[in-house]
Amino acid sequence: MCLDCACGRPDQGPERLKPLHRHPATATEQPAPIAPVAMKPSAPAGPAVATGPLQSLSVGLRLLAHNDRQAEANRARFAAAGVKVVNILSAPGSGKTALLEALARHAAAAAQPLAMAVLVGDLATELDAERLRAAGLPAIPITTGQACHLEAAMVARGVDALEAAGHGLAGLDLLLIENVGNLVCPAAYDLGEDLRLVLLAVSEGEDKPLKYPATFHGADGVVISKSDLAEAVDFAREQALANIQAVAPAARVLEVSARSGAGIEGLLQLLR
Amino acid sequence: MQSVAELARAEASQRGAEAITVIRLRVGSLAGVDPEALRFAAEVVLAGGLTAGARLEIEPVPARAWCLPCTALFSLEQGLCRCPRCGTVSADLRQGRELVLASLELRLPAPAEPGGDGPVGWP
Repeated sequence: MCLDCACGRPDQGPERLKPLHRHPATATEQPAPIAPVAMKPSAPAGPAVATGPLQSLSVGLRLLAHNDRQAEANRARFAAAGVKVVNILSAPGSGKTALLEALARHAAAAAQPLAMAVLVGDLATELDAERLRAAGLPAIPITTGQACHLEAAMVARGVDALEAAGHGLAGLDLLLIENVGNLVCPAAYDLGEDLRLVLLAVSEGEDKPLKYPATFHGADGVVISKSDLAEAVDFAREQALANIQAVAPAARVLEVSARSGAGIEGLLQLLR
Repeated sequence: MQSVAELARAEASQRGAEAITVIRLRVGSLAGVDPEALRFAAEVVLAGGLTAGARLEIEPVPARAWCLPCTALFSLEQGLCRCPRCGTVSADLRQGRELVLASLELRLPAPAEPGGDGPVGWP
């Protein structure tokens, strides 16, 4: 189980999944009167001990401040090296790796060279990194173990590994970060990227943006992938575009097929 | 959720507290975090130290965007950035991505003299 967000938790049955506490919404506005009995689940054993005074403390700290600081450090490092960094999010199986392979093929054939490398996040295995290396891309796997998302510190370590492998940031034009396949938690973590792309495969259905608005809202670009399958899966294109527009009005939308190559050139232009 | 425990413990020990009784979070509806999952994780990560036994309270923060034609805020229903009054789609999100440790209720050490004049002078 990921302890940041509890995703991937084992199925504990309905009893287990009930919220631990329920309180009226107003309880957070006015601190509720303190009932000592309810407040002392961890009281030491023995006779009743006089409890100390209680204090309300206003804090107001961002929970991900630590990640945000590292993300800013990453961003400064990327800017100093002159490399553009793209964070790619999607559900598992939306075609992130195939898209990167297609980008590598097209970039290799382009008149204007584009030096690229990839950091690949996955819970386990280095299979995607091996695929990308086979496509000619320097690729560093980041296996996250229990965590369902990449964090800025993992990216910093991945970049260190990339540089140690002889692919200095300064020699790159584009660093692509393939995030862990997950449409929920990665959205909350800034990695220091310049551009955040969210993939939506036509086979996932046109409703996906409405089901995961937080992730789509944070996207700079939405890439509709596997467009060659649109007809076979009865993809409602107009509806999909309307749904993306409704939850991510600022995002650019591109339609691509890694298989046929359609739209890949346009995506490369956006990434250059 | 681990960062909640770490931040809360750090704040509480700075104040010399002996326990944290309540932890209050503000979570935006577009923060990318599911409050139910947070509560579930809390059971595990709050279990030790100063946070043991602490109650987690989550204040949901609805996403709101600014509608230019209406010159007013509107709440995003289900994440839809379309103003319910005029139908304009707005990319100008004003709140809803918050993920904040808002406040703590702390229990401080008991006064040094047990049975002293402690509560008598209290309001």
